[in-house]
This record gives sequence, structure tokens and C-alpha cells, in this order.
Amino acid sequence: MIADLDFATVLRTLPYLMAGLQYTVQITVLAAVGGTVFGTLLAMARLSALKPLALAAAGYVNLMRSIPLLLVIFWFYFLVPVILQSLSGAERPPQIGAERSAYITFVMFEAAYFCEIMRAGIQSIPKGQSGAALALGLGYWQSMRLVILPQAFRNMLPVLLTQTIILFQDVSLVSLLNVTDFVGAATKIAQRDSRVVEMYLFVAVMYLAMCSALSFGVRRLQEKIAIIR
Amino acid sequence: MDPGIFLEQVPDGDGPWWRMLAAGLEWTLSVAALAWIVAFVLGSVIGVVRTTDRVWLVRLGNGYVELFRNIPLIVQFFLWFFVVPGVVPPVKRWVVSIDPLTFQLVTSVVCLGLFTAARLAEQVRAGIQSLSRGQRNAGYALGLSQMQTYRYVLLPMAYRIIIPPLTSELMNLIKNTAVAYSIGLTELFFRTREMGEMTFRYFEAFGAATVIYAGIAFASNRVMALLERKAAVPGYIGAGK
Repeated sequence: MIADLDFATVLRTLPYLMAGLQYTVQITVLAAVGGTVFGTLLAMARLSALKPLALAAAGYVNLMRSIPLLLVIFWFYFLVPVILQSLSGAERPPQIGAERSAYITFVMFEAAYFCEIMRAGIQSIPKGQSGAALALGLGYWQSMRLVILPQAFRNMLPVLLTQTIILFQDVSLVSLLNVTDFVGAATKIAQRDSRVVEMYLFVAVMYLAMCSALSFGVRRLQEKIAIIR
Repeated sequence: MDPGIFLEQVPDGDGPWWRMLAAGLEWTLSVAALAWIVAFVLGSVIGVVRTTDRVWLVRLGNGYVELFRNIPLIVQFFLWFFVVPGVVPPVKRWVVSIDPLTFQLVTSVVCLGLFTAARLAEQVRAGIQSLSRGQRNAGYALGLSQMQTYRYVLLPMAYRIIIPPLTSELMNLIKNTAVAYSIGLTELFFRTREMGEMTFRYFEAFGAATVIYAGIAFASNRVMALLERKAAVPGYIGAGK
């Protein structure tokens, strides 16, 4: 019954919940930045004239995009310690825990999605631009850095930000590995204090408010930076 | 790597591990199919409603899409599974009276169906709005009512145009069924984890799941590409020649 709801628990545990939200935001920011960097490199690899490089990048991106994120999260949770062990030559796999492996997971996962966005961005630049860069005597890296990528970024910024909002929501899946992100924190309190209804309602309303505000901001930005051709 | 593990018997079950995963896959595909039907019907209605000239209908449709797109899927699962029975007494009584498995299935279908409907509504709206104004006006000029114009002129065109984005939404839906693991539905990902935990063969279990999910994605991609070619509208870029 509505009358039985008691949101005092939410107020009392607010610092704990906010610490969870902070972790969620940290992962989102790191994965958005890291994903953009690696995603752009992957996009350049996919568009490269070197066939093996293009194929390898396409294979990585398509594999990442065809399996559920939950499966990717669990894959990395088990794989990262093993890979770190073989890299460092240690005797036992290092115990890095789900909290830290999630950072690597989301950077690697988002790289695949940001790659597709950046690829579309690069391909949307008219051929004349790269031709002009070439005619000016710029090399491949120079023309990318000075001519193509700045325009591609500008064109794709709203899409990149929309993908970041989706990422912000997707981080919640790490709670299934018992990580204390925003949803994870709510789950732990919900179980301890048997306040499941209040906790999840609070989380839902918070996400709704934050993501609606962010997507409204993205729409405004889109109107502002649109290039009139 | 030891593929023999898939032939080993499940300790407290009947049959080998590969059959356990196959049973999980069945659940994944059944839930996805049922949720797709819900999403397609509801998403079409909401998408259409958002292109009409009734302001309140447009607002209602926009509100639906905003609501379901701005809450993480796992939180939506918890809302349907814990919160709705908690605040609506008749639902609570119904949940107590039925089999837990049925409740998990109904929750998954409703949750994924309504979530995907918001995304389909966005595609349907975009499809209709991509048509030139002349199509709608031609319908009205022929004396068709608004309903008839949608039924015979706008929707047949719009659906054919949006087949590619619908393909990726279908694949998203199949991937999203893995989140039903959070409420304990025994779909493919649940079975994969279970196999990993009981046999400690995580690499084999996750490897099998990866191959299966990637296989589904590839197969549905091929099927939809075929459909896309068959349904291509002559004169549009997608039509090829």
C-alpha cells in the first residue's frame, strides 16, 4: 500500500547511495573518454587501407556489439586477472576485484560503440576535405588530426553524448557482480532494511530526472552546434 | 579448453550441460519473441500517435518514450518485479497465487516489451516523418480518412523504410533478455553462469554463450537483410539499382 511507504530509510542512507552514484559517474566519465580515444583509433583502423588491420578492428567491434553487455562484464571479470598475470609474469592472478575490472570492461566495450559513431562521422566528411589536406602536403596523421577528426567530432558530438547517457544507464549492470554502484548500493540497503519498494522507486526517479535533464541538454546542444550548409 | 565438459552430466539435473544451455536458449528466444510482439504492437501505436495532429496524444507518446528510455533496464526489471506487486495489492494477490516461474516469464515479457516499444516508437515515428508531406496529402485528396491514410499509404511505406533500424532493435532485444537473469529467469545467460559456477569451467561456459549470441546476431542479420532486399521501395537508395 502507498500509505505504508517509508522514505526515511532513503534519507538516512543517502550518503551511501551518493557514494554509489559517484562510482557510477566515475565509470561513465572514464569509459566515455577512454571509449572515444580507443573508438576513434578503432574507426581509423576499420577505414584503413591495410586489409588485416581493418579486418581485425571490424572483428573486434562486431563481436563486442553482438553479445550482451552482461556477458562482456562477466568475461572481463574473469579474464582481466588472467591477462594481467600473463603480462606481469606473476605466480598468481592478481586480485583486482569487480570494482576495478569494471573500468576496463566499460572502456573496451564502449570503444566498439564509439568506433561505429566515429566511423560514421569520418565517412560523413566530404572527400574534398581529405583531398585538400593531401594537396596541402599534409600526411595521414596530420590530415586526420587537423582536418578530418575535428569536423567528425563536431558532427558526431550529439550522438557521442547520447551514447554516453546510455552508458550511464548501462553501468547499473555491474550491480549484478555485487559492485556498489548506484543500483548496487540501493540493492544492498533494500535487502538489509527490507525497503525494496522505496529504494528502487528512488533510484528510478533519480535516473529519470538525471537522464531526462541530460538528453534535454543534448537536444539543445544539437540545435546550437548544427552546421548550416 | 575442454569441450568434453558439455557432455558431462549436470550434478542435480537430468541430462548433459549442452542440453542445459539449449534449454536456456529456448527461454531466451521465447521471451524475445513474445516481447517483440508486445513491442511491435505498442511501439507502432505510440509511434503513429506521435505523428498525428492531436497535441495531447503527441505529448502522451513523447512522455512514454522519455519515461522508458531514461530508466536503466535493470531498474525497470526491479520495478516490475518488486515495486509493482508491492504497491498494487491486486497484483500482489495474483503474484502469490501463481507459479514463480510464470511470474518471472510475465515480468520479463512485460518489461522487455514496454522497454523495446519505446525504442520502436521512435523508429516508427522517424519512418513516418521521413515520408514527404505529399504522401499524406495525396491520401487525404483521394478522400481517405486519417485512419485509412495511415493504413494504406503511410505505414506500408514507413515499415519498409525502417527495416534496418528494426533489425538492430531486434538484436538489442535478444541481447537485453540476458538482464532477465537479474530476476532469476533461467535464460541462456543464467544457465551459462550456473554452468561456470558449478563446474569452474568459466571459459568454456562463457565461450559457448558468446558463440551462441554471436550466431543469433549473425543469423538475424542475414534474415533481415534478405527481408530488406525483398521489401525495398523502388526509387529509394536502399533499393540498390
